[in-house]
Amino acid sequence: MVAGSHPKDIWATATRADGMTSARVRPATVERGARAPAGVPDARRVEAYRWMVLARLVDERCLTLQRQGRIGFYVPLEGQEAAQIGCALALEAADWIFPAYRELGLALVRGVPLETLFDQFIGNSGDVLKGRQMPNHYGYRDRNFVVASSPVGTQITQAVGAGLAARRRGDAIATIAFFGDGTTSSNDFHAGLNFAGVFRAPTIFFCQNNQWAISLPRAQQTHSATLAEKARAYGFEGVVVDGMAIDEVYRAVRQARERAVAGDGPTLIEAQVYRFGPHSTSDDPKRYRPAGELEKWKQHDPVAGFRDELIREGRLTVQDDEKLWEAARAEVASAWKTAESKPPVDPLSFLDDVFAQPTRELEDDRRRLAALLAQREGKP
Amino acid sequence: MTELTLVQAVNRGLFEAMRQDPDVLLLGEDIGLNGGVFRATEGLQKEFGAERVIDTPLSECGIVGTAIGMALYGLKPIAEIQFMDFIYPAFDQIVSELAKFRYRSGGQYPCHVVIRTPYGGGIRGGLYHSQSTEAFFCHTAGLKVVVPSTPADAKGLLLTAVHDEDPVIFLEPKRIYRSVSGEVPEGDHRVPFGVARTAREGSDVSILAWGAMVPTSLEAAAKLADEGISAEVIDLRTLVPLDEAAVLASVEKTGRAVIVHEAARNAGFGAELAARIAEKALYSLRAPIARVTGYDTPFPYALEHLYLPTPERIESAAREAVRAG
Repeated sequence: MVAGSHPKDIWATATRADGMTSARVRPATVERGARAPAGVPDARRVEAYRWMVLARLVDERCLTLQRQGRIGFYVPLEGQEAAQIGCALALEAADWIFPAYRELGLALVRGVPLETLFDQFIGNSGDVLKGRQMPNHYGYRDRNFVVASSPVGTQITQAVGAGLAARRRGDAIATIAFFGDGTTSSNDFHAGLNFAGVFRAPTIFFCQNNQWAISLPRAQQTHSATLAEKARAYGFEGVVVDGMAIDEVYRAVRQARERAVAGDGPTLIEAQVYRFGPHSTSDDPKRYRPAGELEKWKQHDPVAGFRDELIREGRLTVQDDEKLWEAARAEVASAWKTAESKPPVDPLSFLDDVFAQPTRELEDDRRRLAALLAQREGKP
Repeated sequence: MTELTLVQAVNRGLFEAMRQDPDVLLLGEDIGLNGGVFRATEGLQKEFGAERVIDTPLSECGIVGTAIGMALYGLKPIAEIQFMDFIYPAFDQIVSELAKFRYRSGGQYPCHVVIRTPYGGGIRGGLYHSQSTEAFFCHTAGLKVVVPSTPADAKGLLLTAVHDEDPVIFLEPKRIYRSVSGEVPEGDHRVPFGVARTAREGSDVSILAWGAMVPTSLEAAAKLADEGISAEVIDLRTLVPLDEAAVLASVEKTGRAVIVHEAARNAGFGAELAARIAEKALYSLRAPIARVTGYDTPFPYALEHLYLPTPERIESAAREAVRAG
């Protein structure tokens, strides 16, 4: 891990990374008269760090597991831990999350057990989603964590709809959609922001601009100076935050949430981060990223940066830190071991849940498949 | 019972659904103040307010995506897509999201949205106000596809759709919105899904149709009767779920099948019906299965009367089937 301070010139680094000038990127604005919320509260700072470490270790483990062929695919979040954990901590449990497929940090903070996530990655009999989806495409209704899909942006309009429904029901919650820089070019991004503006939806649009949409750099995604400024065209505020700094993210999300719940409408937050790893286990960033870029961003590693802050604040010692990593490693290993030992998913279950009740055709298919499987087993 | 046109029956169905349940709400383009371009939502905003009859910005993916979010949260949205020809910006939301939410979440997230849309030709709407692309949706697991052909069914199937637990694509045959009228029961009239209607009984040939092709087929059947050919007309009502038993029973009785649809022939829903008959009733057939359909072209403007199946074409196909054996 890289130790050291978190320099103020991160935007200059961002500039070198994507060719923008630093003057075009501005920090989060605070509405006049509004009370700027503090960062991650004292009581939750070590917890926040622990989540970040856990997310980092799950990533590390899953990349290995994928290479070993023990899981089929993986979407890493390394580099985006502060953005995700800071955001998750700023939300309330009743807020509805509409994730993309990279939101492991959010899922952990929401209390989805690691073992449950591993069950999903394997698609085993413990998988709540019954082995239906690729790894990382999960959702847990009891955590208000809506199930993700692969098409980018579709969750954005859905988050707006859920926000409007919550308002109609009189529930004082926010809905929040997660997406990346590439998604700001999608139909649903524009439709969703437009609907949210028109209907003043209690919705937060949380864009993790990790600088690369698979191989396309941010500068080629849009000619806009920032992604956040797109909100202005839809009549509400967009803010840029340093997504490597957990307190900045926390403050921006807290403020956006207060605005949403107060009936003051949506907010677009652009958290500027960097994807340290590949888009997924199916690509190699060396093919498209300029040499040296990753190394520059790694100097602002959000996990190392926050650790150093906590040490400076006297909340963590080097010994505590070592123990924390050790405990997290043991937690990951134990959860994986349990998940991997579970039996596979019921082979007939893929025919369920197409409709509330199966059609006659699906019932016939089930009978035929059951007979085929019985035949394979050598049963009559 | 009240005598209503088909579009009035849709309107009554919407009134009934909204009165029954405060969670039912409508969203679409020009549906509020304007009452919809075909007036299907006339008077609803005045009765139920702009919070429940929502005029949206012009974006179909926005309409359906928003409706999905509302449904996930527990409301019962009915989205209107102004013409079926404009549904494609929402195709991703319908096919990738709406149809798959229950499945991809392992049953955690049912997603019950009704999407109403006027479809079909015969109104001089040209390429982009005439299409009949039900096959796209029938091909997508997780969607129910409903096509009424009478005012009573329009109301009854719509109310069933609203009370269903699955997403429903509700196709309204706009060509017969006003040209067909009939008695419609008052109140909570429901017609179950997956139960075809025998629109006319017959013994020589089965004509299988849905939506606006049902009255066209009935017209053909009446003329065929004059020639001594007894044609049975089966109105499928819902394509998914399909009343396969009714189709097979009719074909087994008559030994001949003529399938009629407005959509292009290639890979139309008629191909599915023909395959089912071939799989399960082949030995009852006395003649090859016939299809009377639109052509494999885009929908033409000036010559739509040649594109669309007519009683004449249906009669000719039926005659040929009877002659064959």
